[in-house]
Amino acid sequence: MAKIRGSQALMRVLKEQGVEVIFGIPGGVTIPIYDALYDEPSIRHILVRHEQAAALAAEGYARRSGKVGVCLATSGPGATNLVTGIANAMMDSIPIVAITGQVRTKAIGRDSFQEADVTGITMPITKHSRLVTRPEDLIETLREAFYIARTGRPGPVLVDLPADISTSEMEWVKPHPNGDFKLEGYRPPGEGDPQAITEAARLIGASKRPILYLGGGAMNASQEVRALARKANLYVVNTLLGKGIYPETDRQSLGMPGMHGTVYASYAINHCDLMIVVGARFDDRVTGDLNTFAPEAKVIHIDIDPAEIGKNRAADVAIEGDAKLVLQPLLEQVRPRKRGKWEDRLDEYRAEHPLLVPDCEELTPQHVIQAVYEVTHGEAVVATEVGQHQMWAAQLYLAKEPRQFLSSGGLGAMGYGFPAAIGAQVASPDAVVFDIAGDGSIQMNIQELATATYEKLPVKVAIINNGYLGMVRQWQELLYQKRYSGVTLAGNPDFVKVAEAYGATGRRVTTREEVRPALEWSLTITDRPCFLDFRVSPEECVFPMIPAGKSFADLWETHSAASKGDDR
Amino acid sequence: MKHTIAVLVNNKPGVLAKVAGLFARRGYNIDSLVVNATIDGNYPDPQGDKYSRMTIVVDDENDPRIMDQIEKQLNKLIDVVHLSDHTQTQIVRRELALIKIHATPEQRSEVFTVCQVFRALIVDIGEGAITVEVAGAPDKIDALVDVLRPYGIVELVRTGRVVLARGERMT
Repeated sequence: MAKIRGSQALMRVLKEQGVEVIFGIPGGVTIPIYDALYDEPSIRHILVRHEQAAALAAEGYARRSGKVGVCLATSGPGATNLVTGIANAMMDSIPIVAITGQVRTKAIGRDSFQEADVTGITMPITKHSRLVTRPEDLIETLREAFYIARTGRPGPVLVDLPADISTSEMEWVKPHPNGDFKLEGYRPPGEGDPQAITEAARLIGASKRPILYLGGGAMNASQEVRALARKANLYVVNTLLGKGIYPETDRQSLGMPGMHGTVYASYAINHCDLMIVVGARFDDRVTGDLNTFAPEAKVIHIDIDPAEIGKNRAADVAIEGDAKLVLQPLLEQVRPRKRGKWEDRLDEYRAEHPLLVPDCEELTPQHVIQAVYEVTHGEAVVATEVGQHQMWAAQLYLAKEPRQFLSSGGLGAMGYGFPAAIGAQVASPDAVVFDIAGDGSIQMNIQELATATYEKLPVKVAIINNGYLGMVRQWQELLYQKRYSGVTLAGNPDFVKVAEAYGATGRRVTTREEVRPALEWSLTITDRPCFLDFRVSPEECVFPMIPAGKSFADLWETHSAASKGDDR
Repeated sequence: MKHTIAVLVNNKPGVLAKVAGLFARRGYNIDSLVVNATIDGNYPDPQGDKYSRMTIVVDDENDPRIMDQIEKQLNKLIDVVHLSDHTQTQIVRRELALIKIHATPEQRSEVFTVCQVFRALIVDIGEGAITVEVAGAPDKIDALVDVLRPYGIVELVRTGRVVLARGERMT
């Protein structure tokens, strides 16, 4: 059998794994890979302008499509630039494969030019990583990477590829039947313990005040979740990553609980007697003080990662398994039950404590995001950066479908939204894709205007421009006596001109009247990115707010509650 | 309470760093860690180079959740093939120590007697020093060290604990 070069083997494995697009930047040791790519028209390479954006775009692509995202960087600085994107994929359990070039195997460990120990650097932030040291290991290592990234609890896998491995010759190894293979140390749970599922059904039947609590791990079980909520009459709360798994527009949805969640979602958790938790990990931004979180609730915890069960909150019924495979039998076993009193109580509370948006003449962030929601009929794919705008987007852009709302939840990485939106637009060319951004965050990956313009990706970026690093400013206002330190973004560029300089387009909006026309205009642009610079009221705060580490009892519903501060 | 966990891992580069890094970043303390190539009848390995065994002694700080997390987090590492906590089970525990003490020629016979009681071996004799090798359960080694201390310990090395399950049971 004819031998092939390592770089050609890489291309073959990529094709075999169904990879259609990779995000990357070439460098010295990856030239052999790019040379092989030259002969592969079926694999689209998107040249980003910073490797962080390659990882984040691959991540946005994966989050949107459900497929494994792929990014490619050279050794040393190329690889270290991926780190934030890889950490982000780890925290939010997103399947990506990061391929990095490495110096020749003989040069490793000698502080060679552009050498960095990237498997070492990324050890705590990858699901798995491997440095390929022998040509005969390459093909299986790559297959293993895709298999590990997409199965079980998904996550980032890094393969470090020395230059001489890319150029050495090797025998092609045929793929395994069904594309699957056994790894001795890796057995992701599947169906869940039938006894535990029966016990869960019994608890649900016995519960007077249940809540279905969804995290990103329920992403692929949206149908089952919806059927369960309907059959058992469950009200639903969702984490930031769980948006859209159950439609937030539905009466039974209470939206997001936690630090900046709705008051009624946090109220429901505080008063429920049972939480059915699917694919969520009790993040501190949801729970606040764990000792006072959901004090009356028993917990049914369904998760594919056994290590999440009992990590932060003890489970009364623990079910290790794939959400879809666990919910199917659970759905059959639960009995319909009306809980009129509980539902009335939640409905009344929701009516009394709605999400408040400022009622004023000024152009506020909330007004802009509501307008984005209305103009797109709630059907856009929405990526966000990180900060105040992210929380407003989470509150006001109600998601109807899973994979509609893309946000950096666990890591909270500013600069996520724009590359993620690029990745999402590549995955869904016909979708309207918005990045809801802050004027701080957008500048962390603004260079990707070049990528999006060249690739003719009509990503719309709504910059909620308040001239501040707003979330930190808000904390300084509320918790540090307005001692604003390091938060003023003096020196912001003219974002419209920046967009235009790259060949994209944009518009500045300063009044409420201009908002809708500008958004509608942006929807007509289909061949390039569009920056909308919304000059909003600068000192708006996100409410409700439960300060870090506090409880539902400490919730600030409005600004006046927050100003009372310590005497509450 | 101290726990002894036996971890079968792939014998690949970087695996020790992955395990050690996991303990470090999650704040668990390792008392001792022994690692070497191994044979495990449950996992066929004709060449004898596929697996290593790590025997790790950790302190759970009297919080049962810590051991639960350590086991689950270790199991998440792809290179961890199998692990078990042998704290509550019937096991053979061994540790090896080399102890170099001051001993004048006149003191040698006294040291020999002590070593006989502990089934320790004299492995080197110099003009003013004797090196003793002892293998056994950790408390036996502790006891010998205590007995030898009055002579003056020049140097001491201990391997850390290795364990095997008793009888037919697999570790």
